[in-house]
Amino acid sequence: MTALWALVVRDVRLALRAGGGTLLAAAFFATVAALVPLGVGPDLQLLARIAGGVLWVAALLATLLTLDRLFQVDFEDGSLDVLALSPVTLEAICAAKMAAHWLTTGLPLILLAPVLALLFNMNTEAYGVLLLSLGIGTPALTAIGHIGAGITVSLKRGGLILSLLVLPLEVPIIIFGAAAVMNAADGGQTALLLLAAFSLGAVILSPFATAAAVRLNLGS
Amino acid sequence: MKNDRSRPAPSLANPKRFLEIVHVILPWVGTLAGLLLLGGFYWALFEVPPDYQQGESVRIMFVHVPAAWMSLFVYGLIAVSSFVGLVFAHPLADVAAKTAAPLGAVFTALALVTGSLWGKPMWGAYWVWDARLTSELILLLIYFGYIALWYAIEDPARAGRVAAVFALVGAVDLPIIHFSVNWWHSLHQPASVLRMGAPTMSAAYLWPLGIMALGYTVFFIWLWLLRIRTEVRKRRLRSILLQGSTG
Repeated sequence: MTALWALVVRDVRLALRAGGGTLLAAAFFATVAALVPLGVGPDLQLLARIAGGVLWVAALLATLLTLDRLFQVDFEDGSLDVLALSPVTLEAICAAKMAAHWLTTGLPLILLAPVLALLFNMNTEAYGVLLLSLGIGTPALTAIGHIGAGITVSLKRGGLILSLLVLPLEVPIIIFGAAAVMNAADGGQTALLLLAAFSLGAVILSPFATAAAVRLNLGS
Repeated sequence: MKNDRSRPAPSLANPKRFLEIVHVILPWVGTLAGLLLLGGFYWALFEVPPDYQQGESVRIMFVHVPAAWMSLFVYGLIAVSSFVGLVFAHPLADVAAKTAAPLGAVFTALALVTGSLWGKPMWGAYWVWDARLTSELILLLIYFGYIALWYAIEDPARAGRVAAVFALVGAVDLPIIHFSVNWWHSLHQPASVLRMGAPTMSAAYLWPLGIMALGYTVFFIWLWLLRIRTEVRKRRLRSILLQGSTG
């Protein structure tokens, strides 16, 4: 347990320090969201209607940006081999890395989302549902993203193919997440429950798929 | 690659034996596919009466529906092959999965194109965000990702295993994607969607549709065997060249 905790702390530190992805992903999230009104026009009613969908797409893209270096840095400097050889199972290590990634990517997005929702003139009663849906859904983005990152870890230009692999698999997240916000008036409960079901399944299964992919890429 | 995966192989797993069998049955499978498709096309395009509601455009169904079936069927085959490849290290399973993928992608694209051509007279637009069209589109994207992954990894053995992991993840996710898209579609019920096909299809349509579906399947099997044979030969050539360059 201490070993896993140390790994989480290490990954969080790395993300926060070495010009890590944390702030970049959040800044990207804000930039994409700010570009959309420039594209579709400043009609406040239209913006209020599409706010949930836009913020969810932006969150998905921002998470995607951080994925390609997840395992790759550790793969290149050999620490992934060390981690794979440690007595802790690779599945647990992947779960720890997922936790660290969510803390440094998912959480900042959730904190930033209400500010962006303001720019979109979103209904006040939808704020709670937006935060709840992001809180439930971003772990699933992290989980599926990790599978893709594990699959592409040994590829030299893995970033592009990573998005091709991961984005179609994330379709349910965007559908349930955006639908929850859009139906916030009547609670958006069905969508939230479906999102929660998908998210739980993804978080539970992802470490196994990710570990299998990483193992194959390490060639053992 | 460690050698702990070698085990007594079942007879069809032996590529040499497999190639011998393929060599014998390939012309027969090809002939059967040709006959079925020709017969099916003739029946569907000339013999079947036009629909009382859709008119002649109902004939698109005979090209469209079997293609949509095949798109899912082939993905299922890829998933099963991937599973066999990962678990039993069957030497031909990776090859089978790899060679089926482009065929599946073409069937999916065919289903999309014919679907949108059919949509124009029925819905008044080439593309509506119909639940089934949307699911097919996402399936096509998954095919693209799978094929791209094969091309991105140089070592075929590793590419096979890694792609198999992705194929299985996709197989788990695909039903969920399909459900979510259906749910999303019923949430945003579009203004006018003509209900296609009465709940009971008359036998006049059902029989040629069945023949076409069978024809598509046999045609796919023919191409699949052909591609597996080509891939096995390509790999043999590759290993011969590699031996030549090192030895």
